[in-house]
This record gives sequence, C-alpha cells and structure tokens, in this order.
Amino acid sequence: MSLLFKQRNSAGANQRKLGIVAKIIAFFVGNIRHWLAALGDIWRDPIPSILTVAVLGVSLTLPSIMYVVAKNAQSVEQHWQNAAEISLFLHTDLSDKQIQTFVKQVQLHAKVEKVTFVSNEQALDEFEQLSGFGDALNLLEANPLPNVLIVIPLAEYALASPAADLLTELEQMREVEFGKLDIEWLRRLNAVLSLIKDTMGSLGVLLCISVVLIVGNTIRLSIINRKEEIEVLKLVGATDGFIQRPFLFTGLWYGFFGGLIAWLSIEIMLYYLSGSIVRIADLYQSDFRLSGLSVAEMVNLLLISMGLGLSGSYLVVRKQILLIEPDSSI
Amino acid sequence: MIRFEQVSKSYSGGVQALQKISFHIQPGEMAFLTGHSGAGKSTLLKLISIMERPSAGHVFINGHDLSKISRKQIPYVRRDIGMIFQNHRLLRDNTIFDNIALPLIIEGYGLKEIRKRVDTALDKVGLLDKARYYPNMLSGGEQQRVGIARAVVNTPPILLADEPTGNLDPKLSLEIMRLFEEFNSVGTSVLIATHDLGLIARMKYRTLTLTKGRMVQDGLQAEENQGAEL
Ligand SMILES: Nc1ncnc2c1ncn2[C@@H]1O[C@H](COP(=O)(O)OP(=O)(O)O)[C@@H](O)[C@H]1O
Ligand SMILES: [Mg+2]
Repeated sequence: MSLLFKQRNSAGANQRKLGIVAKIIAFFVGNIRHWLAALGDIWRDPIPSILTVAVLGVSLTLPSIMYVVAKNAQSVEQHWQNAAEISLFLHTDLSDKQIQTFVKQVQLHAKVEKVTFVSNEQALDEFEQLSGFGDALNLLEANPLPNVLIVIPLAEYALASPAADLLTELEQMREVEFGKLDIEWLRRLNAVLSLIKDTMGSLGVLLCISVVLIVGNTIRLSIINRKEEIEVLKLVGATDGFIQRPFLFTGLWYGFFGGLIAWLSIEIMLYYLSGSIVRIADLYQSDFRLSGLSVAEMVNLLLISMGLGLSGSYLVVRKQILLIEPDSSI
Repeated sequence: MIRFEQVSKSYSGGVQALQKISFHIQPGEMAFLTGHSGAGKSTLLKLISIMERPSAGHVFINGHDLSKISRKQIPYVRRDIGMIFQNHRLLRDNTIFDNIALPLIIEGYGLKEIRKRVDTALDKVGLLDKARYYPNMLSGGEQQRVGIARAVVNTPPILLADEPTGNLDPKLSLEIMRLFEEFNSVGTSVLIATHDLGLIARMKYRTLTLTKGRMVQDGLQAEENQGAEL
C-alpha cells in the first residue's frame, strides 16, 4: 500500500480477500513465525528471561498451591459431611411400644437415611465399659440415661443448615425431649475453609498483578535495550503494530514458561507431601489422597499465566514504542 | 516530486534551523543539499521523512501535503522513501541479507520475492558474495553500500541520503556517488545532503545551498561561488 504513489503497489504484500475463517487460520499460521522468532529472541538473551520466568513461576506457584489446598480441603469436607448425625433424646416415660412406633415413624421420614436406636441399657453398658465407673454406677437406683435415637440424614440433608432444619423438625415431635446436632465443628471447618478461599482469592489477585508488573518491566527493559533496532525499524517504515508484535509474543512465552514452572513445582511438592498425607490419612482410617491439578486445570493455569504475560507486555509495549522516535541521524 | 513551500522549522530550544525554504525537485531529478555543519541540512531531510514536522509552511511529496499525514500513516510514507545515513544504521545482530530484507519483511513480502529482490540489490552494490556476513565484518565503504541496498531494495521513488560519504575517503565517496547516479538513471529522485564540496563540484548536479537555515543558492554549483558562500 502506498499513500503517496497510487501506481505503486507492493507486489509481495498479499491483498487477497479472505473469508473470516481463512483469516483466522492465516493469523495463526502467519504468527507461528513470530512465535518462534520471539522464542529465538529469548534464546539469544536468556539471562533476564530466565530470571523473569523464575520469578513468574514462584509467583504463580503460590496461588496455585492455595488452589490445590482449597480443592483438597473441600474433598475432606465432603468426606466428613456425610457423617453428620442427629441424636434424639427421648422422653423417659415412653413405653416400649410407643418407642417402637416412633422409631418406625422416623425411619419412614423422607429426609432420613438410617436410624439406630440405642436403648438406655445399652448406653449404660457402653458407659460402664468405657468409663470404668462400673461400681459407682451400681449405686444408682434407676438408669439415669435416656433412650437415644441416632438419625443419619440423607446425603442432601447432611449439610450444616438442612441438617439443622431437620433437627428442629424432629424436635417438634412429641416423643423427643431434645435433639442434638453435632455440627459446630463442621461450621467451623466451613468458616476456616471460606477464610482460606478468600485469602487465596485476594492473595491470588495480588500475585497475578505482580506477574503482570514483572513481565511489563522486563519487556520495558528489553525494549529500551533494543532502542536502536526499533529506531531503524521505524525509519524503514515499520508500523507500531509490527514493532510491538515480537514483544507481545515474548510476554506470552514468559507466561507460558512461568505457568510451566508453577505446575512443575506443584507436582514436585505434592509428590513430596503425598507420603506424609497417606500416613495421616491412615491414622484417621481414611482413604483420602491428595489430588493435584487435572489436565484441564493445568491448561487453565497455562492459559491464565499466558494471559497475564500478554497483558503485562501489552501494558508497556504501546507506550514504550511510542516513546522511541528515530532521532538525529547523526 | 519533493516540494517545499515557505517552510520554517524552529526547535524547542529556540534554534531557527530552517527559514522560509522553498524549492521543487522534479521526478527523476538528482540534487545535492549543501552547507556548513549546522546549516539545517539534516533538518530539511527529516521534514521529508516526517521525522520532524515544519513549524510553518508545507512540504509536498508527489503533490500530497505531508501535514495531512497522520502519525499512523507515517510508516507508509517512509516506505516510499529510501533513506541512507552517515553511520549506516545497520542492525549489528543481523546478517547483511537480513538487514537488506528488512523493508520487504515489514511490507509482508513472501520469502521467494524477498530472496529475489535482496539478491538484485546486493548485486547492484557489488556485495553479492557477502550476504551471510555481519555488518562489523565489512569495511566502512561496504557497510555504506549495504545501507544503500537496504534503501533501494523496495525500489522507492525517492532516495534521501544524509552525509552518505562522511566517513569515506574520496575514492570510495565517488564510488558511492556513482551508485546514486545509477539509481537516478532509472527514474528515482535523489537528494543528497553533504558538505563535501569537492565531490559536488565533480558531479555537476543541481545544488541547494543552505546557510544558517536560509536557502542562499539553488542551481548548478559554480566554482567561484563556493569560496564566497562557504
Ligand atoms: N533535535 C534538535 N533540537 C534542537 N536543536 C536542533 C535539533 N536538531 C538540530 N538542531 C539545531 O538545528 C540546527 C540545524 O541542525 P542540522 O539540521 O542537524 O544541521 P546540519 O545537518 O546541516 O549540520 C543546528 O543549530 C542544530 O543545533
Ligand atoms: Mg547533519
């Protein structure tokens, strides 16, 4: 294209009309060269790039680790939530028959998975054995313990608040003196988890900002280092877009390698931790295992880090390249 | 082809680099621009390639007023102008071939066309065997020829040269000038800024003489005037 000379048209520049799909394909194919060229630039001057990528890797590892921790904590939480159970303490003046009907009634309740009846004798026996107060208990005239019905809600009512609702509902029943839902610890775990998630969120945002700034600064320095080259490019008629492109691709590569390092460090850390986790899980007779990043999550990590790298370079590239003007031809 | 109309340029420091310059260089014409150091030669060339904008007056290329060219359009104007500098301005880390190919890569030429054109340009400046060399492996005269090859590789209608022979001995300088004549003979307009009066005297071309930013002479350089003006 020539602005000043109509008859002059650069024969080499392809001005074929392309469909939108062909254009997109052409964009990617055409840019493979720039991708590789940007990689070549990194290769030629690797030290600042390696340092930047390492810092990016560390910055990205932290939020990713927190993500993995939160993910695993969630699966622990789900593990435990199924254990939510309601204890119903029954009135002492009920006859055996009344108790049996009541147990059946609760068993048939729509939200209940399973009930276990613990009679006051059973409870006393158990208490004797566990406490070692056997002789002392013999002094008691009557069994002071109530009959207890242990109710396990269906999975969908096992979470903290529906389980509490179920408790109030069951407490309404005539036979029940009072009920107890031992779910405080679950609430606390929930609160801690959401605190961790919030912390992770804000820390993650901060670390992502730092990634953007680090990439931006590195790209800014490399633009300043290549001032002369950029001046020459401007003198021979390169558009700002043309000059910007390799720096944008460099930012993308930084993001890619940073993400890769983050992923590797997570895998290494998980491998290192998995031994002790298995030991702890065994102590708790749990089959819990640490899970790392799935393929989809890893792809996400890479995409996010590449996006951050690109935004970092985009932030500085435009302004920095505008600042460089071919100066006194000396 | 290149027309100046009452062009003045003052720099931010208050320096009046050019004052009310008017001239017209015809298509296919070759001309010299001369004057002492600081007379405003480089400034005048920079106004043509829009490295600077005039403070007053208008510059036209092929009838187009450059004041109407927006920042974004400047690169496209520069593709029509081959520029040659005293210090060559080659990229140190690129081969001679890549240096010369630069304007073509920027315009999006295909690899085959690039090879063809770069080889033609290298052939014209007599450096076909040095395509794979790096600039610092070449002599000053050879580097300048690479600069010229880069300027002409996309056959621009205008060539501007700012002290192209500043660092060269008289024999090499004359060789470079012969190259410019060759490009001029195929229709390219050529404007060469130089303070090498001996060289100009031997070439017999139209000469624009600047003194302190004013055009004091426009025409064939007469031997007797040289002493008086410079
Ligand atoms: N960027 C600039 N800022 C301020 N003054 C300048 C600048 N460039 C050139 N000048 C001044 O303008 C005058 C003309 O300079 P120049 O065009 O480079 O002359 P020449 O090329 O003939 O030696 C000189 O006095 C010089 O100091
Ligand atoms: Mg000068």
